[in-house]
Amino acid sequence: MPKVIRINMTDLSVRIDEAPEAWAGLGGRALTSTVVAAEVPPTCHPLGPNNKLVFAPGLLSGTAAGNAGRMSAGAKSPLTGTIKESNAGGTCGRMLGRLDIKAIIIEGQPASTETWYQIRISSEGAVIEPEAETVGMNNFAVLDSVARRYGEDKGVITIGSAGENLMLISNISTRDPEGKLRSFGRGGLGAVMGSKRVKFITIDQEGTRPVPLVDSAAFKAANMVFTKALKDHPVSGQGLPTYGTAVLVNILHEIGGLPTRNFTSGQCEHHDMISGEHMYDTIVARGGEPTHGCSLGCVIQCSQVYNDKDGKYLTSGFEYETIWAYGADCLIDNLDLIAECDNVMDDLGVDSIETPVMFGVAMEAGILKFGDGTEVLRMLREEIGKATPLGRILGAGTAMVGKTYGVARVPVVKGQAIPAYDPRSVKGIGVTYATTTQGADHTAGYAVATNVLNVGGKVDPLSNEGQVELSRNLQIATAAIDSTGLCLFIAFPALDIAECLPATVDMLNARFGTKLTMDDVVGLGKTVLKLEHEFNLAAGIGPEQDRLPEFFELEAIAPHNVKWDMEQKELETFWNF
Amino acid sequence: MLITVKLFATFRENRFKEARREYPPGTTVADVATELEIDHGLIGMIFIHGRAAELDRVLDEGDVLALFPLLGGG
Repeated sequence: MPKVIRINMTDLSVRIDEAPEAWAGLGGRALTSTVVAAEVPPTCHPLGPNNKLVFAPGLLSGTAAGNAGRMSAGAKSPLTGTIKESNAGGTCGRMLGRLDIKAIIIEGQPASTETWYQIRISSEGAVIEPEAETVGMNNFAVLDSVARRYGEDKGVITIGSAGENLMLISNISTRDPEGKLRSFGRGGLGAVMGSKRVKFITIDQEGTRPVPLVDSAAFKAANMVFTKALKDHPVSGQGLPTYGTAVLVNILHEIGGLPTRNFTSGQCEHHDMISGEHMYDTIVARGGEPTHGCSLGCVIQCSQVYNDKDGKYLTSGFEYETIWAYGADCLIDNLDLIAECDNVMDDLGVDSIETPVMFGVAMEAGILKFGDGTEVLRMLREEIGKATPLGRILGAGTAMVGKTYGVARVPVVKGQAIPAYDPRSVKGIGVTYATTTQGADHTAGYAVATNVLNVGGKVDPLSNEGQVELSRNLQIATAAIDSTGLCLFIAFPALDIAECLPATVDMLNARFGTKLTMDDVVGLGKTVLKLEHEFNLAAGIGPEQDRLPEFFELEAIAPHNVKWDMEQKELETFWNF
Repeated sequence: MLITVKLFATFRENRFKEARREYPPGTTVADVATELEIDHGLIGMIFIHGRAAELDRVLDEGDVLALFPLLGGG
């Protein structure tokens, strides 16, 4: 029977239960959000004893399904005040699947803040022990320490100094197959882990067997269809493996949706210097790897290893959003400097969207100059990394820096930074930013696909027509995909190749012996969104916060000279399902 | 008439990033792609002055035409 491990940090006890029957069809986001909605008082302080931090592998985690290496973390977010789910690749999801652990729920809080703890999970159960060696360390040093003490083969979930210091920009990091870092990036979940005084968690899969399949022949057959779809589609089969996600820089520049200089233009003059094409050429010239996976079993391989000019590792998992935010929003025209920022952010354990968007606002406030990547690096290391008073203000995120310095142009929804697509020129993604339960988040309903990339049909990005329906359908589908452990990028083939999504349902049925249909999976997505929405309403985050910042309505953006002009009433129809 | 043609991703291989090129009046996007030996089936996105266009669109003097293969990210 699948297990649920409860770690009580108030009395330092461990309880292992059989997973309730009602959770049988839940994994990933569906499970983290179900637990948070059922067990966390919506009005609690996110850093107090009543919040819970929940980790859940997906329904297909641990199987041989292609691209099933994602796992979810959930809690009430200290950044947004909403429910939060954030997912990452790495090795832990697969290990938890093999250990038949449905969820790890960390609850309570030690009375004293003097002691930090480590948690070790294995087929024997879980132990909580005081931790001293890694306290104050950043993530790469934590990985080294854990590897030395407990072995190279362990899964690791960790926080850096930012999480220890309870910063709202902090994330939770996890070890990837090559001993580097992947992140549960958004919503300040590192601070939640820090508030429980947990420095790291290790996962040991020793002694586990392959995940049992009710019908292994059917599973294999469905996985072949699924994997073929991933390889056949031009986006997942060619574009992403070659150029990574940074290929979007030139596309968004071209259509005028690349937010530049703290969201004051839709185009960036030096776009080619920060483009996916330039990154690919640089990686190849320096002997890096343009094509690389964040987890075992990844077919798409959108990650990369980016080396410095001497051919030494600089960073990996170098994403469009990070490159956009430093490159265009902060006007840093040097990809090497941006790569170094990415590496330092991984080490400190801070969100690589929230942090650079915050710097864009800090630049507008005059704390540092637009384009000054050297000063960004110094501030990351010396201010945020050392939690100086200025570092704590910066570490509180985009909204807080805007408030502290009296900036009116602050790109956030529900306190979370708006990512790399301007909602004035890509209106479908504006609907997602405004309505998602997560605070501004492009992944929650990636309308860019249909507005710009011609995947899943075409909806004019500059018109309001059809955008609410598009965002709704994508948000429902995304909530379902986020529950399976599958990478969201399977949506590209799924939107265009008819056999792709049914194959994932076939894999679920072959794994569990169920008779789920596509309608059931869509139903799961709707259920997840609704319970998240109800949590937010009970937390005091109502429809008046389902909107974009006012400056998008006041300031037209170049080159199309467009404003955000969707009626609030129309936005509110989002929840009519 | 003078048209600015911008190519991206794999379309740049053995071609160019950006060029100003002379075409006769009545030239369509498809004609430009054919002239550049770009398989029409590989074209994922067409933008003229940053707005989506189709293959049969007739170009005007001074148009800026961008051609991308099908790409994605996020």
